Amino acid sequence: MKKIFALIAIALLPGMALANESDVHLDEHRTDLHDTASLQRGAQTFMNYCMGCHSMEHIRFNRIAKDLEIPEKLMMDNLVFDTDKKFGALATIGMRKEDSKKWFGATPPDLTLVARVRRPDWLYTYLRSFYADPSRPWGVNNVVFKDVGMPHVLAGLQGVQAMGTAQVAVGFDTLTGREITEEHEHALYLEKAGSLTPEQYDRVVFDLVNFMTYAAEPMAVERQSLGWWVLGFLAIFFVPVYLLNKEFWKDLK
Amino acid sequence: MSTKQSNGFMGWIDDRLPVTQTYEKHMSKYYAPKNFNFWYFFGVLSMLMLVNQILSGIWLTMNFVPSQEAAFASVEYIMRDVPYGWIIRYMHSTGATFFFIAVYLHMMRALMYGSYQKPRELIWLFGMFIYLALMAEAFMGYVLPWGQMSYWGAQVIISLFSVLPYGNELTEWIRGDFLISGATLNRFFALHVVAVPLVIVMLVVLHLLALHEVGSNNPDGVDIKKLKDENGKPLDGVPFHPYYTVHDMVGIVVFLMVFCTVMFFFPEGGGFMLEYANFEPANGLKTPAHIAPVWYFGCFYAILRAVPDKVFGVIGMAGAIAVLFVLPWLDRSPVRSWRYKGWISKIFIIVFAFDFVLLTWLGTQPATEKLTLVAQVASVIYFAFFLLMPFYTRMEKTKPVPERVTGGH
Repeated sequence: MKKIFALIAIALLPGMALANESDVHLDEHRTDLHDTASLQRGAQTFMNYCMGCHSMEHIRFNRIAKDLEIPEKLMMDNLVFDTDKKFGALATIGMRKEDSKKWFGATPPDLTLVARVRRPDWLYTYLRSFYADPSRPWGVNNVVFKDVGMPHVLAGLQGVQAMGTAQVAVGFDTLTGREITEEHEHALYLEKAGSLTPEQYDRVVFDLVNFMTYAAEPMAVERQSLGWWVLGFLAIFFVPVYLLNKEFWKDLK
Repeated sequence: MSTKQSNGFMGWIDDRLPVTQTYEKHMSKYYAPKNFNFWYFFGVLSMLMLVNQILSGIWLTMNFVPSQEAAFASVEYIMRDVPYGWIIRYMHSTGATFFFIAVYLHMMRALMYGSYQKPRELIWLFGMFIYLALMAEAFMGYVLPWGQMSYWGAQVIISLFSVLPYGNELTEWIRGDFLISGATLNRFFALHVVAVPLVIVMLVVLHLLALHEVGSNNPDGVDIKKLKDENGKPLDGVPFHPYYTVHDMVGIVVFLMVFCTVMFFFPEGGGFMLEYANFEPANGLKTPAHIAPVWYFGCFYAILRAVPDKVFGVIGMAGAIAVLFVLPWLDRSPVRSWRYKGWISKIFIIVFAFDFVLLTWLGTQPATEKLTLVAQVASVIYFAFFLLMPFYTRMEKTKPVPERVTGGH
């Protein structure tokens, strides 16, 4: 049974109980800020699942709409749920900090810059590492962020994972291309399926993290493309500067 | 010496203000040795970065809000809502790193070619005061965005003063509060944008006036003023303008290419320039797991942590900076440049350079038992380089210094 559900699961280091955050293996998030469709889906997931509790108070809705090529009407009708919000407003939330601190034990942090603080790999792994733990108030714990105060909001999509002995993929056979698995004591496996397959869920989280990475530095794409122009200018400018110097110095013995 | 005009517009000005005379003294008739090499770019590059910091800083202050409540958000406002605000901010944050790179290489040059030796002791001293002011400037600037590292970095640095007599009163006086707070942020803003830049600019002027009084050193450490032609011009000298202005332009363009590559493609510098934890607003109740200084303080932070006792750690760190001030009097060698010094000096200079880089890296890493041991050994080497200098520079056999400079164009 367990074998059927054995998943990509996170290979945990032995002594997981004592492990601090940095010891956990993180899955790579291949951020692609040019994939507008992915960013749009990520924005959709964020607005639907995250923004109930988490604000993005440094970014404006119209900025997201412009950068992600979402028409204003579509954005306001389907993604901005607070009817009082204007198109140019910052993505703040209505939940009061004093209330959320009472409800969750800690105020859910603003997520505008979380991808720059935690890094995309961490977020991508974190959102896929919740597992059932009846000792916690919300019934879940997290491998990457032990005893986190956040409930598993995406459980409806992912299902519920459990931690225990399971087959864990550790690599691929180079000849056959078949997956090599190993039995692992502290592995995560899917106990109760959600509405998505594991692959689909990974994709949803990938898009979500992609969006959060965008929101943390919305000018990143523009920054790089402008960088090429600046370097190009300097490269061309170098030619006359170099020749001028050579011309002046050639007469000196 | 001056070819003062007596008529025309410049003549009218020159009768009232010595513009032409000053221009000639510092540019067109300032004779610099013709054999400057790669290392001689970093003076002008430091100045370029100073101008970059001042200009980008002026534009940042137009939108930065120096208050505990609004500082963090105002930085993000600059990054997102101010048109091209992100360029100005990254110019400033990347500029800080490149300012220190240029200054460290500039100091390394002085070390290699003995530019601090007689008669250039004052130039070195002014330079050291610039460096000291620059460290204060950079530290206070890092507090302004009011992120986690701004806050906790300030906490660590200011607490160093508590080892002094009346330490608690002193740290309270520096903070303006019982803990790091909005009062600290506001006064650091005032010092960062007005007081310290003024001091730095004035010191740079003194640094250059002192340099132009005695003339520039060169890779051979030869005094070019000894041999002059019939017109009294140094045989091995060329007028700074136009020769070194066009020459420096080449260095500037190449430097800007490196600068812009980092600024446009790696503005966080892998977390060494903009630390990841600093994208989280300051929180006095949440201590970060690992408090690390920005890379350019790494060396001194590593020395501080290498000493197990806090008081002696602070003394060690302060000593590491203080010993640089007396460098001109530690070097007893009859020659300036390491080209003509003995092999002990050469090896020590190379080892010191690697040692400094190692300590800088160690300062940014968590202090594990193993790394602390490495830091302790590296700290000893750091001090040995300076404290043994009076002995090995006098003992070793030096090579004869040529009459004229070698190499160059």
